[in-house]
Amino acid sequence: MTKVVRVAAGQGFWGDDLDAPRRQVEGGQIDYLMLDYLAEVTMSILQKQKERDPSLGYARDFVGAIESVLPGVIERGVKVIANAGGVNPPACAAALKAATGKRDGGRGLRIGVVTGDDLLARLDELIESGHLLDNMDTGEPLTTVRERVLSANAYIGSEPIVEALRAGANVVITGRSTDTALTMAPLRHEFGWARESWDQLASGIVAGHIIECGAQCSGGNCLHDWKSIPDLANVGYPLVEGSSDGSFVVTKHPGTGGRVSVPTVTEQLVYEMGDPRSYITPDVVADFTSIRLEQQGENRVRVSGIRGRPPTGKLKVSIAYRAGFKAVGTLVYGWPDALEKAELADRILRERLDRAGLGFEHVLSEFVGATATHGRLAGDQRAAPEVQLRLGVRGPDKAAVERFTREIAPLVLNGPPSVTGFAGGRPKVEEIVAYWPALVDKTVVKTKVEIVS
Amino acid sequence: MKVRLVDIAHARSGDKGDTANVGIIALEQHWYPVLEKFVTRESVARHFDGMIDGPVERFELPNLRALNFLLHGALDGGGTLSLRTDAQGKVYSTALLRMTIDVPDSEAKRLSLPPHLGKSA
Repeated sequence: MTKVVRVAAGQGFWGDDLDAPRRQVEGGQIDYLMLDYLAEVTMSILQKQKERDPSLGYARDFVGAIESVLPGVIERGVKVIANAGGVNPPACAAALKAATGKRDGGRGLRIGVVTGDDLLARLDELIESGHLLDNMDTGEPLTTVRERVLSANAYIGSEPIVEALRAGANVVITGRSTDTALTMAPLRHEFGWARESWDQLASGIVAGHIIECGAQCSGGNCLHDWKSIPDLANVGYPLVEGSSDGSFVVTKHPGTGGRVSVPTVTEQLVYEMGDPRSYITPDVVADFTSIRLEQQGENRVRVSGIRGRPPTGKLKVSIAYRAGFKAVGTLVYGWPDALEKAELADRILRERLDRAGLGFEHVLSEFVGATATHGRLAGDQRAAPEVQLRLGVRGPDKAAVERFTREIAPLVLNGPPSVTGFAGGRPKVEEIVAYWPALVDKTVVKTKVEIVS
Repeated sequence: MKVRLVDIAHARSGDKGDTANVGIIALEQHWYPVLEKFVTRESVARHFDGMIDGPVERFELPNLRALNFLLHGALDGGGTLSLRTDAQGKVYSTALLRMTIDVPDSEAKRLSLPPHLGKSA
């Protein structure tokens, strides 16, 4: 029989359904459990935690996730691959050992720890040697925000994960691996794809792109025929059944809700897409215009035909920096003339902010229930039964943002009528940690794999 | 004949920095050429005129009967900087599906396109 390797997604971001990993391991046969914890700004949150406590800086949910799937890992040989290490993969491994040490029946987890993506301590050295880490969007050099940088991590590819699996790891913890590498690496390892097997590597990347957001390819957030999607309360997270030629089937466990169909998979394929001919990863550039989809049965979509080509000589770097403060305040206005009342409140509030001499980088007013998300495309909303005024401010001065948060409540008594929805008190002032995407030469990033058992 | 995109396509949108991407997908295979012909970079830029600060790019994926649009400067700075409710551009998808296109009657009839009788957005 042709070999099939099953990789299941159990986490689409840090904060996803805590029970999904266990359901993926217990709901049917799988070979690998893939857990994606890192969004663009997650690294900076983890860096702040690590500054407060050097034993932190990883996705702590991961420890509970592994505890919940431990029988599957120990008895059935399911392997786990996760970028839960954040900015501190060794600490993540240590926490995992401490939590599972007594309960793994003495047979032991073999944890592969991938490091080398963290560039924070090397930033000045890199800049001095000519790696300016210009912002990919704006072209500005990193020196403009250097003092405010919180974290800097290169997106790394499949190679160190494959290396860890080859060394016998049954749990692989990485830092800033690309989301897609977490799925491609086990397929590459199992089928022995070479570094130049561009089409297969690209297929593994597409598999990763499809399942990296968890249930978002299996019925979650799906617009197509959404009313008929069954049992989202028990939505089945996706898994891929990979073959050696790169083709794979997207499916989910039997008895689960949601749907895997050509439309649900297509929606996920176009999610966060740039130029579809060039989906750039550290391992390969995948061509999304070569993807063939085919419904192969209920909740089974076959994906094939994918072409890839050699990668670039660069790695993307995810840099987070402090970028001031923001706060958002809201009030709700009721019928009649809800929108006009909210608009008047907005004008009053802005006048008071001006009078108080508060300088903000940016003030944004939105009218939720009327035009907040679709603007003028929403059409005439003067008959709306209720409208929420949502006013946000952003600026470098924390005190000014704090002062803004005190200006909302008075409007309840000294502004337009039929106002409510102010329970919950003053808006919270948040520090903004912004994202700075950059590129760096591949040669400067050296990954390392260590097996802890 | 006026045709509204929500009646012939589905969509999903997301973000990359200050750029929103909207992928729209024809509900029927034989409707894809209609999208390719009438939902152009220019018509989409007009649809979002005044709502986004930057240019619009379009990419074609006939294999998925889909078009991918990049709306630059659509997210008030994007990511954590954005003050928008929809900071990550999640519902730009349905904002694009509000668009109506003008398809010659004969073509619309041949392709059984559903007519849009209401007011255009």
